[in-house]
Amino acid sequence: MTLLRLERVTAHYGHLQALDELSLSLDEGATLAVIGANGAGKSTLLSLVSGELRPSQGRVYLNDEDITKVEPYRRVNLGIALVPEGRHLFSTLTVEENLLVGAASRRQGRWNIDAVYDVFPFIKQRRNVRAALLSGGEQQAVAIGRALMSNPALLLLDEVSLGLAPVIVRDLYVALRQVTEGGTTLLLVEQDLTEALNIASHVLCLLEGRVALSGSPQDLDQTQVVNAYFGRHAAPPEANSPS
Amino acid sequence: MMVWINAIVQGLLLGGLYALFSCGLSLMFGVMRFVNLAHGDFAVLSAYVAYVLVEHLGGTPLWTFAIVIPASALVGFMLQRLLLDRALIGGELSPLLVTFGLSILIENLLQQGFGANNESLFVGSLSYDSWKINNSIYLGRLQVIVFGIAVLLIASLQLFLSRSRPGRNMRATADNRRAASLSGVNERRVRATATAIALATVAVGGLFLAMRTSFTPTSGSNDLIFAFEAVIIGGLGNLWGTLLGGLILGVAQTVGSQINPADGILAGHLVFLAILAYRPQGIIASRYAVS
Repeated sequence: MTLLRLERVTAHYGHLQALDELSLSLDEGATLAVIGANGAGKSTLLSLVSGELRPSQGRVYLNDEDITKVEPYRRVNLGIALVPEGRHLFSTLTVEENLLVGAASRRQGRWNIDAVYDVFPFIKQRRNVRAALLSGGEQQAVAIGRALMSNPALLLLDEVSLGLAPVIVRDLYVALRQVTEGGTTLLLVEQDLTEALNIASHVLCLLEGRVALSGSPQDLDQTQVVNAYFGRHAAPPEANSPS
Repeated sequence: MMVWINAIVQGLLLGGLYALFSCGLSLMFGVMRFVNLAHGDFAVLSAYVAYVLVEHLGGTPLWTFAIVIPASALVGFMLQRLLLDRALIGGELSPLLVTFGLSILIENLLQQGFGANNESLFVGSLSYDSWKINNSIYLGRLQVIVFGIAVLLIASLQLFLSRSRPGRNMRATADNRRAASLSGVNERRVRATATAIALATVAVGGLFLAMRTSFTPTSGSNDLIFAFEAVIIGGLGNLWGTLLGGLILGVAQTVGSQINPADGILAGHLVFLAILAYRPQGIIASRYAVS
């Protein structure tokens, strides 16, 4: 069943066009990795889905309900949670308080504070520490945990590996696999191609706000991905939809 | 020696009133990062509402707390929803200008309605009764009650912010608005709640101020200055800091008056300026914004 659907979505920052009539649909339980160079429109796509940015054209649907004009906090109630680039933790609040704020929407589901500590045991020991005093990896775990506390049907992740050591990134992706195994749908934007291709059931490569390549990681060879990523003789998209 | 001890004790009691008066200003700044320039005028407005209620319905002014406080909270909620939220869209300067306009509006409307005469809320013997500590020190009963309520109110607000779900959401919004919204926090409701609480607390301060001393339609501007000084001395957005700031300001004023009866207010301003110059972040730095 289709969880998320974007129909010919165009987005602008002032006069700058960031997305150009992008369409995609994402099935429940799928993991879509959006890759592309800087400025390709990846984070813009997440902003559109999370509600921080309104499209200048096109519609966004969640479970066939038009959410194009729904405010970000209401989208959390509907089941969309974003882990923003740069974590954006509440630096003056403790780890536990950060997680509890994540449950503001009061959506019911499998995620609660104990379930989050099970997936990220290392932050449990730091539960009473202010978020500003955590390491980068710990902060990212709290940011993911905070998003999970809203029991999302669709978890959006923006550059979770950014600025982190490879060993930490690996641990985070191990945890994210546990999240997907629980049935949560993932839409992640990632510069780390290896991790993105490993976890994704579908890959979408954006180039200048358009789909340059789309398919399952198994069906795409490395040359195709690299060419689409850098816009070198980009292969024509097989389909505009990853599902 | 006892004269100076008495000045300090009276200053601490006065500081309790300033803290009561200032905590709403501190809360609003903590959540929305702007200073409500009509804060003092809302205190005076509350005093006039109580004055009218007592004039028409009689009895002691103490019962008016039951009406004025919830009414002020409601006004705060609606004010935020209908006016200040819209002003916030226009950037940091807009709410300042809007509250400045509100201040002028309230003062002029009160002047039209009540004239420029001094008024006060008389609470019978509570106005002048006191406890004798020794021959030099007397503690006014009303002053002690005000001090106790100030400490109780600030402790309750602190508890609300640190332990309750809406309080936690308020601190989260103060810390990072974007992240709070992305976590499902209704930012508009948080802001409206903060303003409702701020105006409820300023109503308490305004009523006690009117019971302790006289008021006129324009005395809100002076009150705002004292509230602002208390908040700055303690550290912006920090409630315990606001209590401390109020106490320091109160003591500075009464000790200054002891040195020269005409220089009490000046002494308070000088202490404020000295702290602003040497510790602009306030005595308790805002490590825990709002909380």
